[in-house]
Amino acid sequence: MMSRKITFMQAINEGLDLSMAKDDKVILLGEDIAGGTTVEHLEGESAWGGVFGVTKGLVEKYGYDRVIDTPISEMGYMGAAVGAAATGLRPVPELMFNDFIGFCFDTLLGQGSKMRYMFGGKAKIPMTVRTNHGAGASAAAQHSGSYYGIFGSIPGIKVVVPSNPYDAKGLLISAIEDDNIVVFSEDKTIYGIKDEVPEEYYKVEIGKAKVKREGTDLTIVTVGKMLYVALDVAEELEKNDISVEVIDLITVAPWDQETILESVKKTGRLIVIDEANPHNNAATDIASVMGDRAFDYLDGPIKCVCAPNTPVPFASNLEALYLPSKERVLEEASELIEDLK
Amino acid sequence: METMTKKKAAWVYKTMNDIRKFEDEVHRIFTTGDIPGFVHLYAGEEAIATGVCAHLTDEDYITSTHRGHGHCIAKGCDINGMMAEIFGRETGLCKGKGGSMHIADIDKGMLGANGMVGGGFAIAAGAGLRNKYLKTDDVVVCFFGDGASNEGSFHEGINLAAIWNLPVVFVCENNMFAEATPISYSSGSKTIADRSVAYGIPGVRIDGKDLMAVYEEAGKAIDRARKGEGPTLIECMTYRNYGHFEGDEQKYKAKDGEEKNWADLDNIVLFREEAIKNKWLTAEQADEIEAESARAIEEAVVFARNSPLPKPESLMEDVMV
Repeated sequence: MMSRKITFMQAINEGLDLSMAKDDKVILLGEDIAGGTTVEHLEGESAWGGVFGVTKGLVEKYGYDRVIDTPISEMGYMGAAVGAAATGLRPVPELMFNDFIGFCFDTLLGQGSKMRYMFGGKAKIPMTVRTNHGAGASAAAQHSGSYYGIFGSIPGIKVVVPSNPYDAKGLLISAIEDDNIVVFSEDKTIYGIKDEVPEEYYKVEIGKAKVKREGTDLTIVTVGKMLYVALDVAEELEKNDISVEVIDLITVAPWDQETILESVKKTGRLIVIDEANPHNNAATDIASVMGDRAFDYLDGPIKCVCAPNTPVPFASNLEALYLPSKERVLEEASELIEDLK
Repeated sequence: METMTKKKAAWVYKTMNDIRKFEDEVHRIFTTGDIPGFVHLYAGEEAIATGVCAHLTDEDYITSTHRGHGHCIAKGCDINGMMAEIFGRETGLCKGKGGSMHIADIDKGMLGANGMVGGGFAIAAGAGLRNKYLKTDDVVVCFFGDGASNEGSFHEGINLAAIWNLPVVFVCENNMFAEATPISYSSGSKTIADRSVAYGIPGVRIDGKDLMAVYEEAGKAIDRARKGEGPTLIECMTYRNYGHFEGDEQKYKAKDGEEKNWADLDNIVLFREEAIKNKWLTAEQADEIEAESARAIEEAVVFARNSPLPKPESLMEDVMV
């Protein structure tokens, strides 16, 4: 496959582009995903391409029938996406920030996620909700939260959180091909990271975690960009001959129990890093299940390193404290690996 | 628009009777404890579902409400399957996993009764978007109650349908009470139809107990939608025979005055008289249709009672594709 370095954002744009080229049932909806709809002097050009520019260039290629600017009306267009999916299209609505879910939660919680079950298997809702999460952009409490775990706790919804350009493109293509609701949550602070991405249409499997670094003493499972914190920790501990296995969870729901279980059987120690608030999140769920399934293999408590139980603060120094850091993970790790020193 | 014919009148009268007898029977059985859960009956509002769905085919979609049995029957859902669903049986339209508030049959264009008040507006807009995108001339009807008109989704769904010129007809069944609260208390606008002005679409209030008024107004609106002329808001004034749900003592209903007049109107009797007067039906034909409906409902109850409960393993089925 032909490959070159592109950004996380470009990889997502390419995933959308190739999906739209392949299947004309794929339509995009969202606020200013083209931007400037009906403004004559734009002559069909994207004014914005989404607030971050992720969908830039797509309206030029596919037109306003398929790249649909919506009013600021999350309940309306998210519900419309559910209706369009139930009747045969494959919509990809964009929720500009995952923090806006309150405006449209019923369309996913009360309607879309339950239709297939409530209707005795007769409905399918093939839609991919693109949204973004993550602190670190000085966007403060209403534009920085990490709520993928909330979606992940709802039966009938899959949730993926890519950490790099390659996975982002392949996962998005898989999500759009999936016949279920998939929430595709992008970390807004890594839109600029670059990596090798094939030009072709390819898929990354939903539901399968990836071992990013092999190790024998400690397993660290991460969600999204927390991968990079874990890799830093692994490098640091390597200096002391501590071997860390790093697993990128990739799919928050349904998450890959087997890959984590196999790793913990080998290492006997587990830390989960999740940027979400600390209760009822992906980390606590993993800790609960592994506390049960891996109990006999564990040499110490399972540690969860998460954001504190606060909204995201604005001031940069506080925001830095809010995010799980290498230092905090090392502190938790030191307790687990004391016997190895 | 189609005018009333003998054949259509027979369908209308049968449908209205099917709905009434279905609901009366569910009401009766509910008191025995054989039907579990929450049940909201449509009896008294038959003219609306029937008068609207008389213009629809299986290719057209509807969204419905928690008071959805009437819409299901008028849209062609299987009555045995509906009754079995309400009894929570394996043979139910939703395999016993949806119940009264979630009866659906997508093959019939029935996108679901809906336990969320106001849950249908945006879904209807989405189905309308699909119809427009695929360049079909199929339409969508969104049934909702006066209570739903105060949800934010009313505004968002109708506004989207208006700005995108979608083939969606919004049909308000104003039965004067949202649960136990009168519409006069809960709406800032004098009528729900008045609100159409805010979206730049036609809005009209009609007598929802008058089958022909509903039939004609819905026919015009559905015609407009099919021709790509956009959405319409129709407010049908009506009154429900029973409470908000079964078990509701209905203390909020007036025993006399104008409200009592509404309560005394039977839209089925009114249509029977009109059909006989216009020679669409003879009295004998009407009697025969009533008897047929009664038999069909009786059979549906037998079918439901004789059906097995869902298998335990079905608990885990159909969460995802």
